[in-house]
Amino acid sequence: MRLVKHRLFWPLAALITLVVVNVIANPNFAKITMRDGDLYGNPITILRESTPLMLVALGMTLVIATRGIDLSVGAIMAVSGAVSLTIIDGVSDPNSVPAVLIALVVGVLVALVLGAWNGFLVSVLGIQPIIATLVLMLAGRGAALLITDGKITTVNSEPLAFLANGYLILLPFAFFLWVVAVVVVALIERRTALGMLTEAVGINPEASRLAGVRSRGIVWSAYIASGVLAGIAGLIYAANIKAADANAAGYLIELYAILAVVLGGTSLMGGKFSIAGTVIGVLTVTTLDKTLQFFGVAPAQAPVFFAAVVIVVVLVQSPRVHRWGRSLRVRGRAPAPAPQAAEQADRQKEAVR
Amino acid sequence: MTAVETTPARTGGAKAALVTFSTRHASVLPTFAAIAILIVLLVGAQFQFGNFVSPGNMSALLYDNAHLLILAVGMTFVIVTAGIDLSVGSVMAFTGILGASLLTNGVPVWIAIPAMLVGGALIGLLIGVLVQQFDVQPFIASLAGLFLARGLAFVVSLSSIRIEDPVMDWLRTRFSVGGWYITPTGIIALLTVVVGAVIMHRTRFGRTVYAVGGSEQSARLMGLKVARTKVMVYVISGLCGGLAGLVLTAYSSAGYPRNGIGTELDVIAAVVIGGTLLAGGRGYVLGSLVGVLVFGTINTIISFMGADQSWTHIIVGALLLLFIVVQRAIVARSERGS
Amino acid sequence: MDGARPLVELTDATVSFGATVALDGVDFRMFAGEVHSLMGENGAGKSTLIKAITGVLSPDEGILTLAGERVAFSSPHDAQDAGISTVYQEIDLLPNLSVAENVLLGREPRRLGLIDHGAMRAQAGSILADLGLAIDPAAPLGIFSLATQQLVAIARAISTDVKVLVLDEPTSSLDLDEVAELFRVIRDLKNRGVAILFVSHFLDQVYEICDRITVLRDGKLVGEYLTTELLRIDLVQKMLGREMSSFVSRERQESEVDPDQVFMSARGITSPGISDADLDLAAGEVLGVAGLLGSGRTALARALTGVDRPSAGIIRLEQQGVDLDSPRTALSLGVVYSSENRRSEGLVGEMSIAQNIALALQAQKGALRRIPPAQVRELAASWVEALDIRPADIDAPVRSLSGGNQQKVMLARLLAVSPRLLVLDEPTRGIDVGAKVEIQNLVGEMADNGLSVMFISAELEEVLRVGDRVAILRDGRIVETAASDDLNVDSLMALVARPDLPEA
Repeated sequence: MRLVKHRLFWPLAALITLVVVNVIANPNFAKITMRDGDLYGNPITILRESTPLMLVALGMTLVIATRGIDLSVGAIMAVSGAVSLTIIDGVSDPNSVPAVLIALVVGVLVALVLGAWNGFLVSVLGIQPIIATLVLMLAGRGAALLITDGKITTVNSEPLAFLANGYLILLPFAFFLWVVAVVVVALIERRTALGMLTEAVGINPEASRLAGVRSRGIVWSAYIASGVLAGIAGLIYAANIKAADANAAGYLIELYAILAVVLGGTSLMGGKFSIAGTVIGVLTVTTLDKTLQFFGVAPAQAPVFFAAVVIVVVLVQSPRVHRWGRSLRVRGRAPAPAPQAAEQADRQKEAVR
Repeated sequence: MTAVETTPARTGGAKAALVTFSTRHASVLPTFAAIAILIVLLVGAQFQFGNFVSPGNMSALLYDNAHLLILAVGMTFVIVTAGIDLSVGSVMAFTGILGASLLTNGVPVWIAIPAMLVGGALIGLLIGVLVQQFDVQPFIASLAGLFLARGLAFVVSLSSIRIEDPVMDWLRTRFSVGGWYITPTGIIALLTVVVGAVIMHRTRFGRTVYAVGGSEQSARLMGLKVARTKVMVYVISGLCGGLAGLVLTAYSSAGYPRNGIGTELDVIAAVVIGGTLLAGGRGYVLGSLVGVLVFGTINTIISFMGADQSWTHIIVGALLLLFIVVQRAIVARSERGS
Repeated sequence: MDGARPLVELTDATVSFGATVALDGVDFRMFAGEVHSLMGENGAGKSTLIKAITGVLSPDEGILTLAGERVAFSSPHDAQDAGISTVYQEIDLLPNLSVAENVLLGREPRRLGLIDHGAMRAQAGSILADLGLAIDPAAPLGIFSLATQQLVAIARAISTDVKVLVLDEPTSSLDLDEVAELFRVIRDLKNRGVAILFVSHFLDQVYEICDRITVLRDGKLVGEYLTTELLRIDLVQKMLGREMSSFVSRERQESEVDPDQVFMSARGITSPGISDADLDLAAGEVLGVAGLLGSGRTALARALTGVDRPSAGIIRLEQQGVDLDSPRTALSLGVVYSSENRRSEGLVGEMSIAQNIALALQAQKGALRRIPPAQVRELAASWVEALDIRPADIDAPVRSLSGGNQQKVMLARLLAVSPRLLVLDEPTRGIDVGAKVEIQNLVGEMADNGLSVMFISAELEEVLRVGDRVAILRDGRIVETAASDDLNVDSLMALVARPDLPEA
């Protein structure tokens, strides 16, 4: 019972069920082979291909925890990829490691500035997050297209390709990259008080203000983190296709990231967040994507299934469905103790507000 | 200020009439700003290029942006209730490819066109029910609609479908007077604007849309049908999506599942630039018409200049930001005032 | 008029929310052509009673009759159809629509199925003119003053066949002229035979306009009186009630504040709800603050603690002028505030007891210097023990605690930052008697340890018992500051109600 109550139980159960269904349907799904000292196979591909979504979803988790949302992540990915690849395209030797490194750092710095801009609109000017980040969502992709001159800038650069396709001790480099990102974010949030204060601001902004929490800085930092992580995700994406495609980079990724965060058990109402939950959510989304491919669904058609998942998830979280569930339970068994019910009702009222 | 306030209207005279007008219609100001921007753009472009404000060019403005205009009318309903509908671009793509597929499979046009409209309305209904009955944030609910419609578009067909249908061809026939021309698609778009404006201003449903955006709680206490209204605006937006799908399909004489990617943002930007408050409660269908014309004019100017089309989005993004900040200031002032 | 049949009669009404009983077997009646006032402090059950009459909620038990016929409303709309209209304190109109629409929306005149705006303006104009209100019906409501909006709300309420008009705190944000205008309209309606329920916490207004008063306390009926037969002082006494419980008496501070001992000195503090307040608080002193609801007690507390920045006034801490521009600044200077709204402005409900206790301390240290979990637990455990918070499980979500224990968690959070001045706004509201006494005793202990405490309460006995001195607030002003020993409940009550009581 205790296990079932753990907040990661249901997200994890969903992921495991998905994997089990796949393995039963096709035992090859979980097959891992060793080639040239590196591991290959579907599970490895999932770990590798999760990287951009994982980075974006990490940032989105922090933003959602502050009761916000960042719609501009896809556009920021397009910008950072465009900036870095245009620089690499311009240098004499695209295989020079220092040149590539500088290009990547510049790309991430630009993403940081864009994240800071979002944070400024939300935390200083007090504009609704959806609307504030909509501006960049609209203009960002246009800017990226300008940087690449409206073309798809292709670059052949060994060090860049390594980002997405290289291997490091058995496993893909990109996998290590997201693991490092998860660990760094987790350390920053949980080894400092940032995570706790973020949750406090997300749950009750006014109580936090009265307790002396500097909420402006906390909200701002969440958008900066989201921008930086989206910037890195943009570089991975560009490295993977060896090109900066301002139209396709990060297309709809904000939606998948929000889905992953919600699947991981973090509420869109803000407050308590779970980084481990987001990791599970991202792996679930990526695995579902792979599953659909396995069953022969064209990638372009996959959104139908994701729409179904979104609808199921929001219905499960909906107060009305909770009420139905409760009345079914009450009819089936002895009535629940009154104080607890009252408390739940309170919580709903607050959630509605 | 005491309770008894005198009315400037009673004192007569042109100046007094102006004062009355401005107090009655203070919320039209952003729309006037949009009209001013439109005029500046047109005049500036005329000076720059010499032949910009030509009958052909102006007619093309309506012809090229008819689908955007229809979507903007539906979006105005949604945004005035303080909601948002991200699904419109995808719904347009889905209904467009659905209609194209039906027609190429020999389904008669009098079934295919209603099927497109119903398809759009059903997706709108789904979003509306999620928002109203299950307390899902409009943004998330319409996101599910976006996924669904885009996926369904590709389920219908993975590639574009050319159509040859006399009715669809007729929809883009040009009726010309002098250099001016108008197509049935343009007439449909203008009719949508007129019908939308009349519904918004002259029906109880339309006033309830404003009431819900002003304060849902108050609207409920006043005994207005809030739940039905909130579902209906998404159905209307979906229906407009279907209509836009028809118009765009006729315009390009093909259905294409990748149509309208990012169009929801263009539409939201046009509606906001046209003076509709994103926080809800204020806005005009005619303002959205102006917003779409501003968007279309910027687009045309940029292609006249031979500059990259991506400038359109940057400029529209900047305009959007400007309007949002101004709106924020207006809302902040009215909050202080009360 | 007592012999006449009441227009509205509610008999033996009981309403409970979960375990709390908001209304306990209350009888209530209203007569046509009479203005009736409902009096009581926070939590007395006033708003619940109003909701029961206006169809916002249906009572668990009890019978409601209207003109002798039994009725049951399932929505405000039902009540409105039956002739019971309500005007709320926060005017529930639509500032974005025109005045005419606000008056008539839902039953607007139509022609060919479309709204006839011209006819609507004319119709609304005549209703407004009836109330003596000459405003442009086509102008958006939002541009008018609150007083005008209030009258528009009344116009909407009476545009149908109204029998009963409920006015819930209609005057709380009006100035004197506006109140006079409102009263003119109320008298007019009264003469037309409308039964009016007037809820206000301003005694002067109640005595000016009302014929009959019903007093509630803690969800129970205290009694129904004719205004002419109830003295102000008696009314206040009936509203506040009396209760005795064990309290550890402590040695009183000197009644005069020694200038060297002053910790906070405030002069001319003005912010919405309080004007020109002067205050001195010594270290180790408890200043009780007494005043009715709406007297400015919360506004004063918020202005002194950086929650609301005062529009005028000077605050000195140990003779240093300070600018308390945010709660954060105030906290860093040792000035802390505990809100009367524990749930919305105090606790972070989903977080644990330990995290709630450590929140202010952590905020002070900054996000980057995390207090190690072991230290948080130790800190929390020691406060849980010191304040006897139950259950003593520091990982329990604070939402699951009882009101008294939640208040103790608030205190622990504030005490953890080692404050110099503690401003407690109704810390004992809505908690049981045992916890109440515990908190009162704690306040005494804190003062004995050298803290300054400002203790706000609606219960006069409590203010007298806990405070060394008492500041009395009325209508947004500090009208008197006196040593507790020089006051008793009756004299304090007299001061809270009105200073010079010629008729009492």
